[in-house]
Amino acid sequence: MIRDQKLWTWHILAGAVILVLLGLHMLTMHMEGVVKLEGLNPASAANEAQGGGKLQPIDWANVKARSAKVFYLVTYILLLGAALFHGLYGATNVVHEANPPRWLHKTVSALAVVVGLGLFAFGTWAAIAAFLLAKAL
Amino acid sequence: MSDTKHHPNRLGLWGWLGGGRWGMERYLYALHRVTGLGLLAYFLLHIVVTSSRAFGADRWKTAMDAVTGPLFKFGEYLVFVAFAFHAANGIRLALLELGFAVGEPIEPVYPYRTSVHVQRPLAIGALALAAVLVAIGTASMWLVD
Amino acid sequence: MSEMSKVTYRIRRYDPNRDTAPHYETYTIDYTPGLTVLEGLWLIKETLAPDLVWRASCRMGVCGSCGMLINGMARLACNTQISDLGTDQLVLAPLPNFNIIRDLVPDLMPMLSTHQDLHPYVVRDDVAEQEEPTGEYYQSIHDLEQYLQFSYCIKCGCCMAACPTVATDPTYAGPMPLGQVQRYNTDTRDGGFEVRKEAIAGERGPWRCHYAGECSRVCPKGVDPAKAIQLLKRQMVLDVFGLRAKKCPSKLVGKPKDAKRRNGIPEAPKPTV
Repeated sequence: MIRDQKLWTWHILAGAVILVLLGLHMLTMHMEGVVKLEGLNPASAANEAQGGGKLQPIDWANVKARSAKVFYLVTYILLLGAALFHGLYGATNVVHEANPPRWLHKTVSALAVVVGLGLFAFGTWAAIAAFLLAKAL
Repeated sequence: MSDTKHHPNRLGLWGWLGGGRWGMERYLYALHRVTGLGLLAYFLLHIVVTSSRAFGADRWKTAMDAVTGPLFKFGEYLVFVAFAFHAANGIRLALLELGFAVGEPIEPVYPYRTSVHVQRPLAIGALALAAVLVAIGTASMWLVD
Repeated sequence: MSEMSKVTYRIRRYDPNRDTAPHYETYTIDYTPGLTVLEGLWLIKETLAPDLVWRASCRMGVCGSCGMLINGMARLACNTQISDLGTDQLVLAPLPNFNIIRDLVPDLMPMLSTHQDLHPYVVRDDVAEQEEPTGEYYQSIHDLEQYLQFSYCIKCGCCMAACPTVATDPTYAGPMPLGQVQRYNTDTRDGGFEVRKEAIAGERGPWRCHYAGECSRVCPKGVDPAKAIQLLKRQMVLDVFGLRAKKCPSKLVGKPKDAKRRNGIPEAPKPTV
C-alpha cells in the first residue's frame, strides 16, 4: 500500500501541474475576453478575419479546432489525471480527517479510486475520440 | 490509570469552520477546503458534460444548451471565483508546506515572531492575486461580451 | 481597565462523580494589579469553590501544566495577566481536543503517548557510548540553532487544543509530537530519521497539517510548531526523491588528553541516572 508520504508528494506535484494547465484552460475559456492570447481559440481569429461574428470559446468551431491539436489532446489528458488525483486525494483526506466510522472511510477511499480511474478512462477516451473526429472533419 | 470517567471534549467539525479567536490563516484553511470540494464536484460533472464533444457538433450543442441560462452562468462564475481563490491560496500553501516561506528556525524572544508572521505578506499577496483573477474573470464573463 | 476592581470568572466545570456533562459556574473576585489568571483561580479555590480543580506547578511558564482555554484561546494560566485580556469577564474551559478528567484538567496522555511513539530522543548506533559517555558529541552553534527553537516545547498541549485537524482526527499525531520529530531529525547528533519516518509516513504524519497556523499563534514558548511541521514536510518530500541530505550523526569529541584540573576545583559528583 502506498503511504501518505508519497501520495501527498504527488498531490503537491499534481497541484503544480494543475496550476499551469488549468491556468491555461481558464485563460482559454473564461478570460479570453480580457486576456487575448493568439491561438487559444483558433477558430475565433479565423472567423473574425473572414468578417464573421465573434465566436465563444465553447462554440463548436473552437471546440473542434482545439480538439484537433495534439497539444490540447496531451495537455487535456495530463490535466485530467492530475486534477482527478489532486481533487479525489484531497477530498478523501477531508473525509478522513472528519473521523467517520471505519466502514465509511474505507467506502469513500474505494469510491475515490473507482471514480478516479473510471472518469480518467472515460475522459481520455473522449479526448482521443474528439481528436480523431476533429481530424476527420 | 484510574477508572475515572473522562468526558470527551474534541471540538469536532466546529473546530474546522466555526468562529473563534482565530487568525486569518484559519479562515483561509477553511475556505480552501470548501472551495476545493466545490471545484471537485463541478469538475466531475464537467468531465462528463464536455466529453460529449467526442460525439460531434449536435451532441455538443445539446450538452451546452442543457447548461446555459443565467443560473448556470452564475454557478459557473462561482466556480471561477472558487478556482481563483483555491489556485492563489494553493500557491501559498505549496510554498509554505515545502518549507519555503516559513523562515529559518530562530531563538524565540518575546514577543514571539512566528512563521505565521513571516508568511502573512504571502497570504495577503495570495488574496490580492485571487482578487485580480476574479476581476479579470468578472470583466470577461459579465462585462466584455 | 485601570479602574477594574472586580473580575468575574465563568468556569466550565465537570466532576465525573457528580455530573453527566460539563456546565458553567460563575465566580467574582477582587482584582489587584498584576493578578494572573492562575492566581485568580487560587483565590477562587480559597474563598469560593474549594472543590475547583486544575493542574499547575511552576507558575512561571516552564512546567506546561496550566494550559487552558482562556477567553477562547489556549494559553497558560500562569503567564496570562488578566489586565492583558482587556476585559473583566473571563471564560475558562479545559483545553479542547483532550478528554476532560475533571474541571479544568485535560487528559494529556494521548498526546504524550504519541510523542513517545515518535522516538523523541537522540537515536544513534553507539548505544554503549550513550549509556556510559566518554565524551561529548560535536555540535556547532549553527547546528544548535537549527533545532533550538523547537526544543523549548514544554508539552503543555495548547497547540493540540488549537489545531483544527486534531479537533476531529484522533489518528493525526498533532503539532506537539511532530514538532519534536523535526527537533530530533535536525539535531546533528541524531541518526534517527528513518525510524521516525516509519512512524509518521502514514496517516498520522505531517500531511494532515494544512497550515491554519493556530498552533504557532497560541504556543506560549514561541516554539512555532507550524514551522517545524512544514520543514519536516520538506524533508519528507525530498526523501521521496532521494534528495534528502543524509547526515552522519556527529562524531564524539574525546576528552582533552593534556588538560589538568585546576587547584581547588572538586571532581564532579558521580552520575545518579
